Amino acid sequence: MKKSDPVSAVFEQLPTLLERDAALIQRGRLLDVDCLLGSTEQAWHVAIRAGRITDMVPAPVLMRSSAFSYRATPDAWTAFWQPMPKAGWHDLLSLTKRGEAVLEGDIKPFMTHLQYFKDLLALPRNAGGAA
Amino acid sequence: MTGYIEPMVGRYVHVDIDGTMHRIYFEEAGQGIPLVCLHTAGSDNRQWRYLLADEEFTKHYRIIAFDLPWHGKSNPPANWDGSEYQLTTKRYTQTIRAFCSALDLDKPVVMGCSIGGRIVLNLAIDHASEFRALIGLEAADFQAPWYDTAWLNRPDVHGGEVCAALVSGLVAPQSPAEARMETLWAYKQGGPGVFKGDLYFYRVDGDLRGRTKAIDTTTCPLYLLTGEYDFSCSPEDTVRTASSIAGAEVTVMEALGHFPMSENPAQFRRYIAPVLEAIKQKHSS
Repeated sequence: MKKSDPVSAVFEQLPTLLERDAALIQRGRLLDVDCLLGSTEQAWHVAIRAGRITDMVPAPVLMRSSAFSYRATPDAWTAFWQPMPKAGWHDLLSLTKRGEAVLEGDIKPFMTHLQYFKDLLALPRNAGGAA
Repeated sequence: MTGYIEPMVGRYVHVDIDGTMHRIYFEEAGQGIPLVCLHTAGSDNRQWRYLLADEEFTKHYRIIAFDLPWHGKSNPPANWDGSEYQLTTKRYTQTIRAFCSALDLDKPVVMGCSIGGRIVLNLAIDHASEFRALIGLEAADFQAPWYDTAWLNRPDVHGGEVCAALVSGLVAPQSPAEARMETLWAYKQGGPGVFKGDLYFYRVDGDLRGRTKAIDTTTCPLYLLTGEYDFSCSPEDTVRTASSIAGAEVTVMEALGHFPMSENPAQFRRYIAPVLEAIKQKHSS
C-alpha cells in the first residue's frame, strides 16, 4: 500500500516533469527499462520506453521484476531537490557514497544512461522539490 | 587582424621518457617563475585556459600546461602497440620531470589537480629540491573509491558518455553552465580507456598513505586546496592528508568541486591568487 509523504508526492510528478523536457526525452530515446526508483520508505515501479515514463506504480507489485533499483532516504531526496543542494547531497552517486542511497541489481541500463537518470531524478529540483 | 586572439601559444616538445621519445603538446603564456600545470585524469590542458589567459598572473609567471601522453594533442608514443594504457606513479613522475627538463625550467612551481594533485604529493616526497613550490588541487594521499572503473571502458557502454556523466556530479552546482559544459566536453573526447588507465595510478598504484609525513615543506612549500563539493577527493581527505605534513597550507574552497580551474574560473581565482602571490613574494625576498 502506497504511503503518503512529501517525497512520494514529488515522485508522482516525475512523468509530468519529464514530458515537459523534450531534450531529456531525446537523450533517452534508446532507453527501454523497467526499474525501481524512489525512497527507502516508498519505491515505484517505473517503466521507461524510448525515454518516456509509460507506467509508474507504487511498489510492491506482486511478482513485478525490475532491472535495477535506486532508492534514497527521504531526507536525502529532500536535500537533493533543494535549488542549491549542499555539498555531498547534490549527486546520485554522492548519496550512494555517503550511504544515503542504495543502487542495486543489473545497473548496466543505469550506467549506460547515467546522465539521463541523474537529470530525470533532478527534475524536481527546479520544480519546487519536496518541503 | 580584427579577431580576438588569446595570449597562450601552443607548441610540441619532444621528450624522452624512460627511453621512449614522446611528442608532448603544451601551451604557455607569460614570463617569470615557471608554473607547470597538470590536468585531471581523462582530460587535457584545456582545463587551464583561463589561468593561461589571466594577465595578472602571466605578468609574473610563465604558465605552462601540457597534455600527458594519450591525452589531448599528445598522442601515444609511436611504438605503442595498442596494449592497455596504465599510468603509474613512476611513469607519471618521470613524465613531469622529463618535461620540465626538456624545457630547461629552473625550479618550477608545479600545480596539479586530482591525479595531478596526488602526483604533486609524490614530487614533494621524492623530489622536493627540484621545485620552487608545489600546489595540489583536490589532492589527498588516498580516497575511498565510489564507483567501479570497469564501467569506463567496455564496448557496450559509450565511454565518453559514461566518463562525463560520472564526473558531472563532481562539478559544483554553482558553476556556470558554459564552464560546466566545457569541463565535461573534455571527458566526452578522451581516448578509449585513458580515463580508466589514469585511475590505475589514482586507485591502485598511487596510494601514498604513510609516505606523506616525509614531506619537508621547508625545502619546498606545499599548498593544498580542495573544493567543498568534491565528494571524490573530499575536503576531509585533504585535511587528513595535510595533518601529517608539517607546514602544509590547506584551503577548502567554497562553491567549487573537483575541477576548480575549469568549472568556475572566477571563483577559483579568489583562492589561487593569494597562493601565487605568496610564492612570488618568497621568490623575490
